[in-house]
Amino acid sequence: MNFFAEAMAYILDPANWGGVNGLDTRIIEHVFISLIVLAIAVAIAVPVGYLIGHTGKGSGFVVALSGAVRALPTLGLLILLALNLSVGLTAPVIALVVLAVPSILAGAYAGFHAIDRRTIDAARAVGMTEWQIVTKVEMPLGLPLLMGGIRSAALQVVATATLADYVGGGGLGRPILEGLQIGNYAQMLAGSVLVVLLAIVFELIFSALQKLVTPAGVTPPRLTSTRALRNRSRTA
Amino acid sequence: MFTAGKGRLVSVGAVVVGASLALAGCSSSDPLSSGGSGDSETLIVGSQQYYSNEIIAEIYSQALEDGGYTVDRQFNIGQREVYLPEIESGAIDVFPEYTGSLLSALVDSEPSGSSEEIYDQLTEALPDGLRVLDQADAADQDSWTVTQAFADKYNLTDIASLANVTEPITVGGNSELQTRPYGPDALAEKYGVTTAGFTAVQDSGGPLTVKALVDNQIQLANIYTADPNIQTNNLVVLDDPDSLFLPANVVPVVSDKVDEDAADILNAVSAELSVDDLVSMNAESVNDQKSASVIAEAWLDDKGLLG
Repeated sequence: MNFFAEAMAYILDPANWGGVNGLDTRIIEHVFISLIVLAIAVAIAVPVGYLIGHTGKGSGFVVALSGAVRALPTLGLLILLALNLSVGLTAPVIALVVLAVPSILAGAYAGFHAIDRRTIDAARAVGMTEWQIVTKVEMPLGLPLLMGGIRSAALQVVATATLADYVGGGGLGRPILEGLQIGNYAQMLAGSVLVVLLAIVFELIFSALQKLVTPAGVTPPRLTSTRALRNRSRTA
Repeated sequence: MFTAGKGRLVSVGAVVVGASLALAGCSSSDPLSSGGSGDSETLIVGSQQYYSNEIIAEIYSQALEDGGYTVDRQFNIGQREVYLPEIESGAIDVFPEYTGSLLSALVDSEPSGSSEEIYDQLTEALPDGLRVLDQADAADQDSWTVTQAFADKYNLTDIASLANVTEPITVGGNSELQTRPYGPDALAEKYGVTTAGFTAVQDSGGPLTVKALVDNQIQLANIYTADPNIQTNNLVVLDDPDSLFLPANVVPVVSDKVDEDAADILNAVSAELSVDDLVSMNAESVNDQKSASVIAEAWLDDKGLLG
């Protein structure tokens, strides 16, 4: 019995697509949950990360807190929330936001922190206000690292959103959880393969975005590239 | 030499190929086939991934141990589709089962009948090398359950009376409920009850399902009749005069390794196990968070079944 071939056959079987129980519905739900979570997490983490990155205050506390939050088991948090709120989308969205915030926060904060202090001093010296420094210097220069944080958060969220269906949130957790219950491993693997493919698609989109938002003249840090190091030493 | 663009493509390709290989690697091995070696002295007792079933399995285990048998507990195996092949292959010697549910998994036709008829059909349907011992009075079967308020509002008594309901009914439960022979499709076919939607709550009628029902996010839930949450939350199990749900009495399924002495021990257990016993033991597990072994020992002690 070849599970992988059976999983592929399950994915390719037109009977498993279309309608309220089709894989397409599950994929749309999965993408929907993931995007909502990322949007909320960005809205929370980016302003806080920028504030910490710009002022340099409270970084120790926030880094320690987000590290501690990372250790929270998402499934436990999810069931706890669902029992206290309701079944449906709310509990998984909150649990996944908790999962996504630390990476994005770290990206936003590190993006500001990594900027050469002389660049900021120069901006201040030419008479920029603090607001102008944030919006015209720090934000563009910090964007590549922030996007990196969002990329890794997206990966975690897409993979973990499979838990949402345990509490009635839908998504690609459905074929996985149902396959586990009825012993249909091909169906489970099919769900998992679709999650992996979805994660790769997200990864490609976000890496393209990361490239797009990198300001001209700033190359994303590639520490392993000897050519970049050579170029840097030449210009120094 | 690679350009940067090609390098990225190659690395993505490498990830895809690597993932395919890793997945293909786990292709031919059954994740559940642990070494069920045939030690004739040891009886392997299994249980479903369901706390009530685990309590019964624990009762069987302790009763057998008390009778001098060595017991290997393989609990929490999952649903019937997962463990049935294991029982049929002889990898498990004793398994607490439910008559009707097991019968419908064994035969192609849809069984029906009273509890005794189902038991008789079951004894014939079991494959060679397996048999069922006496069935208990205790039953734990699927049900369609509503809240008291919902039942009062539409004057609901049995499943057919769901046709009185004028608002959309959202059904909740494990997602596989949709394809079960008593699922929403059967409601529509047999009773003309149309359901508006299905909310998957994957905890097998557990606390999340009960909460969804009490919160009126779902109106109709599949909850096991021995679930103490039915009493605690004032839920109403709809009567089932047409046996849409099969009678599901607790019965031990055993292999050839279970000799007559062991069978007598298990039959003595089944003779004492009543519906009320099962509900109150489930309540001790759910409400008092007692472990299966503590509950099982107290029950056996109470019935004088420990020598």
